Amino acid sequence: MTTTAAAPPSASETAQRPQGRKGGSPWKRRAPLLPALLFVIAVTQIPFLVTVFYSFQSWNLVRPGSQHFVGFQNYIDVFADSQFRGAMLNTVVLTVVCVFVSMLLGLGLALLLDRKFTGRGVVRTLIITPFLILPAAGALLWKTTMFDPVYGLLNFVFGGETDWLSEFPLASVMTQVIWQWTPFMTLLILAGLQAQSKEVLEAAQVDGAGRGRTFLYITLPQLSRYLQLAALLGAIYIVNSFDAIYLMTQGGPGTASTNLPFYIYQRAFEGFDVGQSSAMGVIVVVLTLIVATFALRLMFRTFDVSGGVK
Amino acid sequence: MRLGRISLTAFTWLVAILFVFPLIWMVLTAFKQEADAYTDPPRLFFTPTLDQFAGVFERGFLPYLANSGFVTVVSTLAVLVLGIPAAYALSLAPVKGTKNALGFFLSTKMLPIVAAIIPLYVISQNVQLLDNVWALIILYTAMNLPLAVWMMRSFFLEVPKEMIEAARVDGATLPTLLSRIVLPVVAPGIAATALICVIFSWTEFFYAINLTAARAGTVPVFLSGFITSEGLYWAQLSAAALLASLPVMIVGWIAQNHLVRGLSMGAVK
Repeated sequence: MTTTAAAPPSASETAQRPQGRKGGSPWKRRAPLLPALLFVIAVTQIPFLVTVFYSFQSWNLVRPGSQHFVGFQNYIDVFADSQFRGAMLNTVVLTVVCVFVSMLLGLGLALLLDRKFTGRGVVRTLIITPFLILPAAGALLWKTTMFDPVYGLLNFVFGGETDWLSEFPLASVMTQVIWQWTPFMTLLILAGLQAQSKEVLEAAQVDGAGRGRTFLYITLPQLSRYLQLAALLGAIYIVNSFDAIYLMTQGGPGTASTNLPFYIYQRAFEGFDVGQSSAMGVIVVVLTLIVATFALRLMFRTFDVSGGVK
Repeated sequence: MRLGRISLTAFTWLVAILFVFPLIWMVLTAFKQEADAYTDPPRLFFTPTLDQFAGVFERGFLPYLANSGFVTVVSTLAVLVLGIPAAYALSLAPVKGTKNALGFFLSTKMLPIVAAIIPLYVISQNVQLLDNVWALIILYTAMNLPLAVWMMRSFFLEVPKEMIEAARVDGATLPTLLSRIVLPVVAPGIAATALICVIFSWTEFFYAINLTAARAGTVPVFLSGFITSEGLYWAQLSAAALLASLPVMIVGWIAQNHLVRGLSMGAVK
């Protein structure tokens, strides 16, 4: 955690000292950073503080004048709400399954791509493309041409008349999310594969280690930082999944595929309940902060050693 | 041995084509008549037509496209204007608190955006920015800035220290230092960062759907209009999805070598 950021300063602070003595105060040197910092603070932190404020209010947008202080009542209501707990569970399932499966698929694809063959560039371009189409387009595409019970390609291939989106709503959404995120995992893991030292691989072969053993004992350990990074970044984005759920299932049937972002959206923009949806937002942030504290630590460790920072 | 290699290559190709098949199907459907788009069994051979693309524009696609273009370009420029000096400060002229600033930028990416949507909606309403492209521009700039700072910082760290020291000794001021010494070296990195910001702004859905409507709606908002439309318009939807994605697809193909570095905030080259 310390070496990452500490190393560059120590190297260049010496270079800066002459200028600093001439009257360049630390604030002058911080000046280039300040506009960006202040902008991000203003746009991201103020709305959050307002969310905290709203979470202690009873306020429904369709009833003007209904706003008043209610203390922790919203929080009590949210914890008593079984739909909230269901949405939380769905969020965890969706995030964990999607990250895990897209990483496995990504690892497989990356291994296939990590060798020279005819048309490798084309294949790589093909594989990243699902990541590049609009998530909204991807979601609608899967909803219509893939999952449709009558005309969908899935039923054409597998037979039957399955209505995927109502029979397996969460799994259907997850399929689309996994499809969308596998390219990113592939690229990240491929970068890891290509960064591993060739000498060690050759040495293993000279020593007579088979492909499987080389992969298990040499490649995987070297990849682990890339895999951690992939899991972390995938989780950051997938936990916020909204497009697929909004466009494919609307959280349904019932609340079967409702995750926290979608549930908060529903309470805010369909129920107009500012107080309760704010309380949910605050709870989500607190939960995220707990997870992120571990994640940040991991991230800094990853940055330290992965060579991204020299 | 040779046969093994050929079959592995064939297998790789097969896997890749299967993986992108939904996309291939989308492209095919975009060139079909509606009647050919949903048939049982699905139709692989048909007379291609451009009718659906014309239909997308008749449906009023252009204003959404213009909004997306404007929001994307302006917010990306804003990210660069704010982000380049910040990345410089955090890489080549770090001061006390560098690590905290970096950590703060990173932490904003971990905050769930839903937690801020309600006040953003109320604030936008109060300052008359609801259904206004400037609301999105401000939010997308804030959304991409942390990522861009991290990514550009990793490019800036590759600038040879000796060059900067020499320029400082010669008394170069910050603007001169940036424009004459640093920027030429990191230009490709900045371009890659910009392309990634373009991708994220163009594809953003959550803010767009909640804070805009017909007037300031972006391309993803236009697409979402298809779920509420009556009847099936698969062919037209496919054409719209293709048109809407094409700019980002092209940008992404150009930037593919930098995609990972951008998405991993510069952690991986």
